[in-house]
Order: sequence, then structure tokens, then C-alpha cells
Amino acid sequence: MRLIQQIIAVTALNLRNLPQRMASSVVAIVGVAAVVLVFSAVLSMANGFEKTMLATGSDDTAVILRSGSTTEMNSGFDYEQTLIVANAPGVLKDGDETIMSSELYVIVDLKKKGSDSEANVPLRGIQAGAFDVRRDVRIAEGRMFEPGKNELIVGRAARQQFAGLDVDSTIRFGQSVWSVVGMFEAGGGVSESELWTDVRVLQGAYRRGNSFQSVRVKLEGEGGLESLTAALDADPRIDPDVMTEREYYSSQAAGLSQFIRLIGYPLTILMSIGAVFGALNSMYSSISVRGKEIATLRALGFGPFSVLISTIVESTLLALIGGLIGGAIAFLVFNGFQVSTLNGASFSQVVFDFAVTGDLLRQGLVAALIIGFFGGLLPAIRAARMPVAQALREL
Amino acid sequence: MKYFGFIWRSAWRKKIRTSLTILSVFVAFLLFALLSAIGYAFKGGADVTDAERLIVIDKVSLINPLPMAYKNRIAAIDGVESVTHSTWFGGYYQDPRIQFAQFPVDPYEYLALYPEFTMPPEQIEAFAANRTGAIVGEDLAKQFDWKVGDRIPINATIWTKSDGGLSWEFDLEGIYTTSDPRGNTSTMLFHYEYFDESRAFGQGTVGWYILRVDDGADPVAVANAIDAQFANSPNETETSTEQAFAQSFADQFGNIALIVTLILGAVFFTLLLVSGNTMSQSVRERISELAVLKTLGFTDLSVLGIVLSESILIMAIGGLLGMGIGWLLVQGMMEEMGAFLPGIFLSPAAIATGFAIMIGAGIVSGIFPALNAMRLTIIDALARG
Repeated sequence: MRLIQQIIAVTALNLRNLPQRMASSVVAIVGVAAVVLVFSAVLSMANGFEKTMLATGSDDTAVILRSGSTTEMNSGFDYEQTLIVANAPGVLKDGDETIMSSELYVIVDLKKKGSDSEANVPLRGIQAGAFDVRRDVRIAEGRMFEPGKNELIVGRAARQQFAGLDVDSTIRFGQSVWSVVGMFEAGGGVSESELWTDVRVLQGAYRRGNSFQSVRVKLEGEGGLESLTAALDADPRIDPDVMTEREYYSSQAAGLSQFIRLIGYPLTILMSIGAVFGALNSMYSSISVRGKEIATLRALGFGPFSVLISTIVESTLLALIGGLIGGAIAFLVFNGFQVSTLNGASFSQVVFDFAVTGDLLRQGLVAALIIGFFGGLLPAIRAARMPVAQALREL
Repeated sequence: MKYFGFIWRSAWRKKIRTSLTILSVFVAFLLFALLSAIGYAFKGGADVTDAERLIVIDKVSLINPLPMAYKNRIAAIDGVESVTHSTWFGGYYQDPRIQFAQFPVDPYEYLALYPEFTMPPEQIEAFAANRTGAIVGEDLAKQFDWKVGDRIPINATIWTKSDGGLSWEFDLEGIYTTSDPRGNTSTMLFHYEYFDESRAFGQGTVGWYILRVDDGADPVAVANAIDAQFANSPNETETSTEQAFAQSFADQFGNIALIVTLILGAVFFTLLLVSGNTMSQSVRERISELAVLKTLGFTDLSVLGIVLSESILIMAIGGLLGMGIGWLLVQGMMEEMGAFLPGIFLSPAAIATGFAIMIGAGIVSGIFPALNAMRLTIIDALARG
């Protein structure tokens, strides 16, 4: 009990003195804040990207691609093959009609806003069923395109990132001119990075005959995917890969998010090591400033252990303050910050928002506490071992 | 310089503090070196391209094929020395997650346009003579442990064969290197003729054309002439220098450069704080010492110089160590991860920037303590000490 009282007394004394050691304390705080800031910024990019990709994936929608193609753009089906899918078991029907959309996926070069560089923007040709297989998509502005016309609807994120996509404007791809007639939302998913038009019109404009690249169908509850896969695998006229939309988009997300993490984590570790040096520095100087005080305390009978604990508490507290500041700045500056980048997996642009999640902030704070603890440990041991007589003599 | 010994000794008066400061400077410059090298990779090797090579792609998008018939029409345009073509194959070897480029090409034409690809002449002959032959860069050969003579199955993601198969087999006839160590050697080349005959669709088209302009011809004028030639046709073209093409592709990654800059900014801000704090502490502790120096006849300016040099010295030790280790790591990554992250390179420009920052940060973090030291009046300082 006495030990705890001692620890509390010494720690309180120590913390009350903190303002006198402002400069070095601020350095420790800023060092840790920078680590947490960079950590949160880099990983919120990975988080945001994954969130966008996975918001799109639904478990009861199946995506059917030609076997071997890793992404929609590489795939291909002719019209007869899409009919085989439509008549397969396991798919959900509305009356006699299968809920499906056979689609084309191409890219067009558009300029990013505020830059001169062209970007691979996805242009998707859809059938009317597209809104039934993606239930979270709705027109937020303007109207739906009319079938058969050179009309586009654009995703909210695409309109924000790429130039010339305002509703009621016209845009030229090669020799064809298109009118932007509406803007749609898709729950923050990757579809919002896309431009949509009638698949028949796109087939004509891109000379794709009567071919498609992917088929999406709604699945008929439990076991729907299995019976669909089995039926299509058994059919010699089609050689497909069948997966849920969620599986498809997580495979599309894997490469880029792995890449960001592969850079983000080592970066954070390296920076944390730098911050530990900063914290060590300020704790050592804090101890050398307090040498007198510590020796006096020891002479009065306070034990070395309470001195040790008080030093560790000080550095951990400083690191915690730094972590909170870094996390707060990361949240204020980066959360919701919109970027677009080329996703190598689909060879097209994905627009996403940085997502500084609670989980990320927690991880950042844990890192801060670890830095604080190790930054305080060695100086604390030194403080506890300081010979009293010698320290007093130095006064 | 004659004060170097003195500056050296006073820098180390508190060994732990100076070592810790040097270590944090070290970490900052190590990060700087690594991030610059990665940032360089994102520029897509725009620096190693050839300004006299032009790339012709479909105007609407790179993914749209161009007719093979364009080749002769391009060759006939004034200022075009030679022209060849290439196509994106988009296959993979065993693991679809490991991506690398494969291009069906005309062997002699292509290698003539890319003189930086070097390989033994007998391998070039063997490649040209074998319809199903292929060559790969040395990074790629190393990554998959391929040897000349191996039979390599590549799984297509786009190009099914006319028999419906997806597996294309090639005989490895040669391994090329590039004269420039930054060059990309993670590419596989094989015969366009074999590709075009065997694919199920798309016959008679190519992905893009590559051409070299005549010596002295204006690349921009040639590019405009090509685009004018195909204007108002179903396949309008967009011709740019290889460098502009690589740069615009790199720009597609967008704000990555901005993010790298932000990170570096945060790192350096911290670094300046740490070392500035150390310097001002060290000056504060030495006030009486500095007063003694002045009493001995050191001018205000030499005192300023001594304090400032100490700060630059600490920054330079940490900075040189960090850049040095960073350089070694980047060299190692070029060796080991060339195929995973092609184009990673610590450029001379980045090294020069690093040096400039070392000196600059040394001055910025030392200037206020140095000015304080310079302004000290002997009597006050001795009285305080």
C-alpha cells in the first residue's frame, strides 16, 4: 500500500513539473504525433479502398466471367451464352424473367479534374436488369438514359474526379458524342467510379457485335450459387468462372490493398523507431534536469521503484497526448479525402475516400503507447539507479 | 576547418543525447531514401525512355486495338524511320496474382527499335527462328527460375486460342539484359505471327505501334502528321513520345506522389524539432563556456560558426548514414524485388536533394541557438554561469 502511495506521490510531483520541461516534452509529443499521423494516413488509404470495393459486393449476386479471365475487361461471352446463364437453375426470377444484366466493360480516356493527365475511366454497358442486380444503385440527379440513345449516366465519384461529366453536358469519345443525362449513387461502392450506358449502344460504338463481357444474376437463396455453378460447369457450350459479386470485388481489391499495406507497415515501424529515439532523448533530458529533485526524493526515503514508474508514466503520457493529436489530425485532414488511382487488377480508375476508422485510431494509439513505454524505460532505469549521494553532491 | 576538433568534441559532450539525435536523423534520411526510390518507381521509368521513340495508340483508349493495315501507312509518313507494333497479352505464369507484361512482337523489328535490350546474337537468331520461341528479361528469369531451353506455359486471361484453350506454351530461347541498370527486365516477348494465327478473335489487329523518327526530324511534327492521317477514321490515333506516354500512365496512379510528399513533410518536421531542441539545450548548457571563448578573443561570427557547424555536423553524420544504408537497401531491392516493384531506383537527383536537405536542416535547426550564442555579452553570460 505504501508503495502505491509513493508511486502516486512521485508521479503527481513529476507531472506537475512537466510545464517546466516544455520544449523537450513538445518534441516527444510531436514525434509520436507524426508517427500516428503517417500510420493513419497511409492505412486509411488501404482501408478506404477496400471499403469502396467491398461496399459493391453483394453475396446474393453472382458474377459470371469467361474462365481464366481475371477481370471483366478480359472476359467475353456471345449472346447465346448469356441465354444459357438466364435459363440455368439457381437464378432468381421475377415471374418468367430472370433478374440479370449482361454487360460490357470498356475504358475511355478522360482527364482528371485539375490535371492534364488522362485516366482510364470505366464505361459500362448495362441492361435494364442492372438496377435489380445492384439494389443500392439509384439515380440521384437528372434521369435514366433512354435505351438506344448515346446517353450516359455517371457515378457520383466519377463526376467529382473527372472533368466534363456534369449532368446535361456532352462528351466525345472518338467519333461518337454522348450526353450526360443523369448521376447515380451506389452506396459509396466502386460503381460510383463508372459511367453507364445502354449495352446495345456500347456494342455498336465499340464494334463488339452482339457480345458481352460479364453476366450478373440474382441468386435464388441458399444453394443458388452451387446449383448455378454446377449447371454451367456441366454445359459444354460455356466455360465460365462463377463467383459471388463480393468474391469478385475482393479479388479485384487484393493486389492494391496488399501493396499499400506492404509499404505502410514497414514505414510505420521505421518511423516508430525514429520516434522512440526522440522520446528517449526528451526523457533523458527530463531526468538530467530533475536529477536534483530525484536525489532529494530518494534522500527523503522514496524508493527507486516509484521513481522508475513515475518516469515511465511521464513518457507514456506524453506519447498518448502525441498519439491523440496525430490521430485527430489524421481524422480531420484525411477522413473522407477523395482520391482516384489506377487499380492494376482491372486496369481502370477507382475513386475512393480515405477512411480513418476507429480501429485504425486504436492501432495508432497502441503504437503510441508502445513508443512511450520504450522511450521511458531506459531513462527510468537510469533515474532509479542514480546514486543519491553523488547526485546531491552535483548540486 | 581548424576548429573541427573542437566542434567534434563539443558535439559529443553528451554522448547519449548526440547519439539519439543522430539516430533519429538517420531514420529520417533512411525513410527519405526509400520513399524517393519508391516514388521513382511510380514515375514508370519515364526517365529511361527514348525521346525519339513515339507510341501510337487508339485515341479513345489504349485498350482498343488498331488495324494491322496502319503499319504501312505510318511507315510512309515523312520523318518515320522505322515502325513496329506490340500488343498486351495479359497472361500469367501459375499464379494469377503475379503480374508481368507479355508482348507478342515481330522479333527483329522490335529488337531493332529497342537497342537497349542486349542479348547474345545466337539467342536472337534462335528466338527469330522458332515460331513458338520467347525471350524474357533477366529479372523475370530470376523470379521464376527459368533457363534457356525451358518450355513455359502462360495462361491467357484475354486471348483464348482458336481451339478454346487458354494455355499458351513457349520455348525460352533467350534472356535479355538492359544496358541501363534502371531498365525494365520483367517483360516477356514472343512471336506476333504465332499469336495472331492461334488466337480465337481479333486477327489482323495490334495493340499499339512504336516508331522511331529520322535523325533531326521533329517528333512533335511527326506525331501530328500521324494523327492527322487517321483523323475521322473509325480508329483515330493519339501519338506521343514514349516519355509522355510513360508519364501519363504513371499519372494515372494520381495522388500517390502527393501522399509521399506529405509523409516526408511530417518526417522532416519531426526531425527538425528533435535536432533543434538538442542544439538549443546544448547551447543553454554551455553559456559560460561560450563566454570564455569570447573572452579569449573569438569573434561573434566565429562563435556563430562554431555552433552552426556543430548542428550541421550532427545532421550530416545521421544523414549520410541514412542515405548510405538506404542506398544499399534499394540496391538489394533492385536485385531481389525487381519483378515485384520494377523501376525502383535511388536517382542522383534524389541523392542531391538529400544532401541539400541535410545542410538546410542543419542550418535551420542550429540558427536560433547560434544567433543566441553570437549575441551573448560576456559579462551577462559569465554571471549567469
